[in-house]
Amino acid sequence: MGAYEKVLKARNSNRPSGAFFVNRMITKFVEFHGDRRFSDDGAIVGGIGYLNDMPVTIIAMERGDDVNERIKRNFGCPSPEGYRKALRLMKQAEKFNRPVICIINSSGAYCGIGAEERGQGLAIAENLMEMMTLKTPIISVVTGEGGSGGALALSVADSIFMLENAVYSVISPEGCASILWKDSAKADEAAEALKLTANDLYNFDVADKVIEEENMSYDEICDNLKCEILAKLSELKEMPIEELLEKRYQKYRNIGKL
Amino acid sequence: MIGNFFKSLYGEKENKVCKKCGRSFTYSELAKHSMICPNCGEYFRMTPRERLVMICDKFEEVDANLTSENVLNFPNYDEKLKTATKTSSSKEAVVCGVAEIAGEKFVIFVMNSEFMMGSMGRVVGEKITRAFEMATEKKLPVVGFTTSGGARMQEGIYSLMQMAKVSGAVKRHSDAGLLYITVLTDPTTGGVTASFAMEGDIIIAEPNALVGFAGARVIEQTIGQKLPEGFQRAEFLQEHGFVDVIEKREKLKYTISNILKLHSC
Ligand SMILES: [Zn+2]
Repeated sequence: MGAYEKVLKARNSNRPSGAFFVNRMITKFVEFHGDRRFSDDGAIVGGIGYLNDMPVTIIAMERGDDVNERIKRNFGCPSPEGYRKALRLMKQAEKFNRPVICIINSSGAYCGIGAEERGQGLAIAENLMEMMTLKTPIISVVTGEGGSGGALALSVADSIFMLENAVYSVISPEGCASILWKDSAKADEAAEALKLTANDLYNFDVADKVIEEENMSYDEICDNLKCEILAKLSELKEMPIEELLEKRYQKYRNIGKL
Repeated sequence: MIGNFFKSLYGEKENKVCKKCGRSFTYSELAKHSMICPNCGEYFRMTPRERLVMICDKFEEVDANLTSENVLNFPNYDEKLKTATKTSSSKEAVVCGVAEIAGEKFVIFVMNSEFMMGSMGRVVGEKITRAFEMATEKKLPVVGFTTSGGARMQEGIYSLMQMAKVSGAVKRHSDAGLLYITVLTDPTTGGVTASFAMEGDIIIAEPNALVGFAGARVIEQTIGQKLPEGFQRAEFLQEHGFVDVIEKREKLKYTISNILKLHSC
């Protein structure tokens, strides 16, 4: 499968969004709303529940399944309030010693007047800083499209998983093609050049694990993902916090080391 | 070193034309006016060299020889790097070093919009990360001048990850109780705005500097309407609570020096 086919597959509306993974993996889930600053962003769903018998905080990007849901959730493009809600829930997780799971599936942070007025850049920047030293394990999973800074704002983690057909890129192939070649129709060439597939990212040491999808239903994929998350979290929870944070820092320090 | 900077600045022969009023000025005339148009007051974009001359009494560069390579084998990136190196007479889009103003020592980084629009790839991210790590080790404040079109897409996911890497180093510097001042200059956008440009303890901006996350054209396409006058300008950011000080270029050195002094005792 070519890189651009993977992009289209990652975006496909039949592909489950964040809430599916929350509902299937987490029991007794309680959703928490709002950033306690301005509003509640529907593009990000967050709350607490059990992963088997382990209390966790889970934060998921959700684009919605039908037209009304999509409008309510702004097609899965988070506003600053979404990132601030996520950070609030992460700080809460730190306080109560819960690991954090982030589910990433978004074409990117929302590009609009209000988002700029309320500091989209700052909201992302604060998450990058705060997640780097959050004193509890963080696992981020890219399940569909990982769109640039808007995805990065939930993926400063101890371990990054990607589903086999997920992609993660600094810019959309269409955006890249239109900037570089003034021709968004060259998106397939851009997708190849950007090296954005799960396997590429695994080879670059950005993704730590690729979750297979071939010949499996999304239920099965999600169950496998849950097993992998549980195994990793059990391992991370045993690590002294200083060591965990040093390893997290070094993970990003060493990506594409010169 | 700063002496050489001065010499080379005033030795420039080429005249520069103001993009607002169209008048042409000799380089030395402009340099004497802090690179502000003597006729209409328009701010010329400044190179790191010009900026360092204007701000620092002493400056010693570090990591001067790090250069980018085409790590993804991205089409035409080699040529672009070559052209940028030639036209900007610099090796990458940021200059870092240790500097002094009025006896206050600090680490400084200055981005360069002439080098591939100040975009951030591995080398820019690495140099700024090392600058923060050095400042943390030496217990020095950091002053950073930002100007950037965002991430350097020719380096794919590596360029995006620089945002996290630099932010990690900023956080460690901050947790060590050290001061970080950012100076936002025209234009600062994309991944740089969404990381270290907005992470300063104190955020200064030059008047009318364009600062934002999303590009104006992308926003217009997304919302299908024209953007209001002054949108994403320094004054707009200050009105919305994101900028501490908007400072005129000719007063920047004094203000930075004053803030550094206030934190040094
Ligand atoms: Zn003029």
